[in-house]
Amino acid sequence: MSFVHDTLTVFKRQLRLSLRNPAWVIIALMQPILYLVLFGPLLTKLPAQSLGGSGTSGSTVEAYKFFVPGLLIQLGLFGSTFVGFAIISDWRAGVIERYRVTPVSRLAIMGGRVLRDVLVLMVQAVILVLVALAFGLRAPVTAVLIGLGFIVLVAVGLASVSYATALLVKSEDAFAPMLNSVVLPLVLLSGIMLPLTLAPGWLQGIARISPFRYIIDAMREGFKGHFANTIMLEGVLVAAGLALVCLWLGSRVFVRENA
Amino acid sequence: MSIIEAKGLARTFKSRKRTVAAVRGVDLRVEEGEIVGFLGPNGAGKTTTLRMLTTLLAPTAGSATVAGADLLRDPVGVRRRIGYVPQAIGQTMGGTDPAALVSEELLDQAALYRLSKADGERRMRELTGQLDLEGLDDRLVKTLSGGQRRRLEIALGLVHEPPLVFLDEPTTGLDPQSRSNLWEHIRALRSGLGTTVFLTTHYLEEADALCDRVFIIDHGVIVAEGTPDELKRRISGDVVTLQVNGARERARELLAGQEIVEDVTVSDDGALRLNVYHGAEALPSLLRVLDDAGVTMHSINLSRPTLDDVFLTMTGRSLRDDSASARRDHTPDGKDAAGNAAAGTRS
Repeated sequence: MSFVHDTLTVFKRQLRLSLRNPAWVIIALMQPILYLVLFGPLLTKLPAQSLGGSGTSGSTVEAYKFFVPGLLIQLGLFGSTFVGFAIISDWRAGVIERYRVTPVSRLAIMGGRVLRDVLVLMVQAVILVLVALAFGLRAPVTAVLIGLGFIVLVAVGLASVSYATALLVKSEDAFAPMLNSVVLPLVLLSGIMLPLTLAPGWLQGIARISPFRYIIDAMREGFKGHFANTIMLEGVLVAAGLALVCLWLGSRVFVRENA
Repeated sequence: MSIIEAKGLARTFKSRKRTVAAVRGVDLRVEEGEIVGFLGPNGAGKTTTLRMLTTLLAPTAGSATVAGADLLRDPVGVRRRIGYVPQAIGQTMGGTDPAALVSEELLDQAALYRLSKADGERRMRELTGQLDLEGLDDRLVKTLSGGQRRRLEIALGLVHEPPLVFLDEPTTGLDPQSRSNLWEHIRALRSGLGTTVFLTTHYLEEADALCDRVFIIDHGVIVAEGTPDELKRRISGDVVTLQVNGARERARELLAGQEIVEDVTVSDDGALRLNVYHGAEALPSLLRVLDDAGVTMHSINLSRPTLDDVFLTMTGRSLRDDSASARRDHTPDGKDAAGNAAAGTRS
């Protein structure tokens, strides 16, 4: 099928270009690793109950069960929303236009890139989990796999929207403040650093609008060993819905004008 | 059958409640194997027309058949059969990624056209030979010279051996040597493979040297079409410029009275400028007239009309005047073209 062939062509090219400068993959990992190393230990001093734990497995384990899902989402959020910058320089180099004059599927121009981004994020997420294990994280393998699955859904959606938005604004100067004004509130309202149960009622209310809040809650449930409950179901539905809506929005931008 | 046949191709842009017609109905016919030049000042609709013909922009009216496929009903069919080399200077560049290898660009482009791996490698060898890119396979695009990078961009447009290739300002930004070198390559395309070449240019000498036929577009419509020679012949005759010693007014009256002289003007530096049919043959009799009247001259010059003269006559503007603003010409989404067109309409 030509769409698959085209997507793989774009994916392989993007991956080759990424591997030529692997430094960026490492630099992008620095932020969550630093949080893990320099912020995580603070949480081990908090009472396990305040982090939603049962208090049976010791405060360090509870702290990382709480914190690592948050860091994974943070990695996914930053890693996938910032990909748009690359397509602005591609556009400026005339590469996007060059693709659009070939018979290549226009969806593949986005799809191949998103696939590369998902793969890069997976590698980063696995490294992050391994480092967290060294720091004292203990969680079921299933939970980690489910967590990675959530990251895939988040990355597919956000990367698509990031590419589409960047291609619409076509300027790093406009794209950077746009990103900041969207990503920062999302991070704060998702309870990545500290549990939202510590928040006053009005803040907890506002936080309901952040889809990532549901996804993180579901991941934390998994890390606690609970896989079949409404929190998990909510998380899966929100993540899948977010991915689909974002994918649809992104592809509309890529196929418009003489599809 | 013509390789390009466009009827009433038009495009309007809506910007801030204003509707601007960038292209107002262009009819084009290009035959197989021709090298055709598309000339026009900035904002005349040149790039917008090119972007419509290459499926990058949907026309708001009109229809076209490009390389045997219907532009509106089968844009993918058009894309399969055409090559397109974007302008290299302006808002967006010529389509190569500075961080990619030369070989990678060529092989990936072949894959985008769904060529097999073996065919892609064969085309890479052929094109690097044809376009003097041998030995550069492992170089990053950003390390290439301007001329090399431009030739690579042209190679990318030719990977799938298209019968028709569009070159948007192929030599803009290149030094004179690289430019004439590129002309050779463009000529070789046609003579070697019979490829039809449709190019836009700011350089009249380029159109003159390279093109079999020229279209001049202004304010979104084609105002003239023909071979460079035909167009030049439309300008009445040749231009004779002469400097006389004193008695300029008397000389002017004498010359204006001659049947072969179309008109006489006095230019800023005091020289007399005559439009004359068959200038070379007319010169002796003009000299005799002045000599008989006792008017002495200290210089005389005869020149054939250039495409710039044609352009000036057709559009009332000199093409050279706005070449300085060529950097702003490129309009990926056409909005600037619309703005320029609007500005052009007002002037």
